[in-house]
Amino acid sequence: MREMSQAFASAVDLVARADPELIEIVQLSLQVSVSAVSIAALIGIPAGAALAVFRFPGRRGLVVTVNAMMGLPPVVVGLCVYLLLSRSGPLGGWGILFTAPAMIVAQTILIAPIVTALSRAVIEDLWLELSEQLRSLGVGTARAVLTLIREARYRLLTAVLAGFGRAIAEVGAVLIVGGNIAHHTRVMTTAIALETSKGNLALALGLGVILIAVSLLVNALVYLTSGIARRYSGA
Amino acid sequence: MRGFLNRVRLLLPLMIAIVPALVHPAGRFITLASTTSTQNSGLFDYLLPAFTRKTGIEVRVIAVGTGQALRLAANGDADVLLVHDKAGEMRFMSDGHGVNRREFMYNDYVIVGPASDPAAVRGLTDAGAAFRRIAAAGANFASRGDDSGTNREELRLWETAGIDTKSATGGWYKEVGAGMGATLNTAVGLQAYTLTDRATWATFRNRGNLELLVDGDPRLFNQYAVIEINPALHPAVKVEEARQFADWLVSAEGQALIGSFTVDGQALFFPNAATPAY
Repeated sequence: MREMSQAFASAVDLVARADPELIEIVQLSLQVSVSAVSIAALIGIPAGAALAVFRFPGRRGLVVTVNAMMGLPPVVVGLCVYLLLSRSGPLGGWGILFTAPAMIVAQTILIAPIVTALSRAVIEDLWLELSEQLRSLGVGTARAVLTLIREARYRLLTAVLAGFGRAIAEVGAVLIVGGNIAHHTRVMTTAIALETSKGNLALALGLGVILIAVSLLVNALVYLTSGIARRYSGA
Repeated sequence: MRGFLNRVRLLLPLMIAIVPALVHPAGRFITLASTTSTQNSGLFDYLLPAFTRKTGIEVRVIAVGTGQALRLAANGDADVLLVHDKAGEMRFMSDGHGVNRREFMYNDYVIVGPASDPAAVRGLTDAGAAFRRIAAAGANFASRGDDSGTNREELRLWETAGIDTKSATGGWYKEVGAGMGATLNTAVGLQAYTLTDRATWATFRNRGNLELLVDGDPRLFNQYAVIEINPALHPAVKVEEARQFADWLVSAEGQALIGSFTVDGQALFFPNAATPAY
């Protein structure tokens, strides 16, 4: 239990000193995970909306598959991306293994299904509510998708934040494709794993405290800005 | 539509802020696949800046177990290797993946275990005898179980001690499947014995009531080697920079630096390059 109090002490100390290495690690964590969640949102929201609105053979199977893929094991995703990006893999020529872009690729694959599945659920509910109305206005299905995304935008934020939460917290995928290289691919979670393996449990836990604080801050920011936007748009 | 555009407008500056930061131009660098002990002990933090100052070449370290390091390099994902498992290294060389394997430093393995020492191995200098006592007592033993250099050494020791760990796994013999530090953490929790390299042990900060119990057996000798990757098999390898790094490790300067690295006043690695080149 001594570790717990030491953890908070070391967290406070790191933040108070504005430890340059800590700042670098937090920055990279945010860059990687925000990039991944942005790409995942650009793919997942339209895909989820399409899945909610369009009817096609195999749709149910696809919905179940996407839902199941929310539970993709990070290590397996990391391994697959490693095999793709390895010099001896099909995309080895890109030379991006052990770089931040490789970590973004892995996290995007990990969280795109989460954003897609949750967007599908949100928009399907809304579609059930509004489909008659939209049809009576003569709105085509493709146009309806855009309308639904707009109408659901605040609820979709939760889907995006769920993806962000998963991305910022996972260690298995980024460790394999990033390599935890100091000053290049070391993020919060891989730094925590490293300090744990050195037996620096208090420091590891302290970094964990900071990771949770950063996550809280991001969520609070999104919550506040969406609240303000909602008030102004009257939605 | 306005909301959607707003969203894109929100994301755009983010992307603009992020993307350039990620693709900032990199100077000359090499990727070093390495065992964990050299990283966790702080040796690299001590050694590499000197090399970078001298040559302008940055060394990016991927610290994994020796088994995984060898596999990474066999896929062409590293420019140079720093590992400690002679049998595995020789296979790597005979498969043609490596060129110019050079031994350049050593330390030793030690057996650590709970202070209560239920198998009564304290003070033994025969690792085989210690292992036989641990097995006979059925005392917990935490094995790396991760095909690392230390794991391979441990398996050889059990074999020469004539003990079949296969039948004991799940019982007193616990295969942790993790790095040295994680295995030590587990050993602390399980009150288990384990085999570790001296450098990782000396710098490990969560010893609980584990103590160093057995050392001094010549079989516990732990040789580290540097291997350059064969560009004939792996064309993307940075041959010139990797060669400079390996040359520097065995040079008088590199060797002297390795020997002068201490933690709490204790030297953890001992230079022994065969032919200091300069």
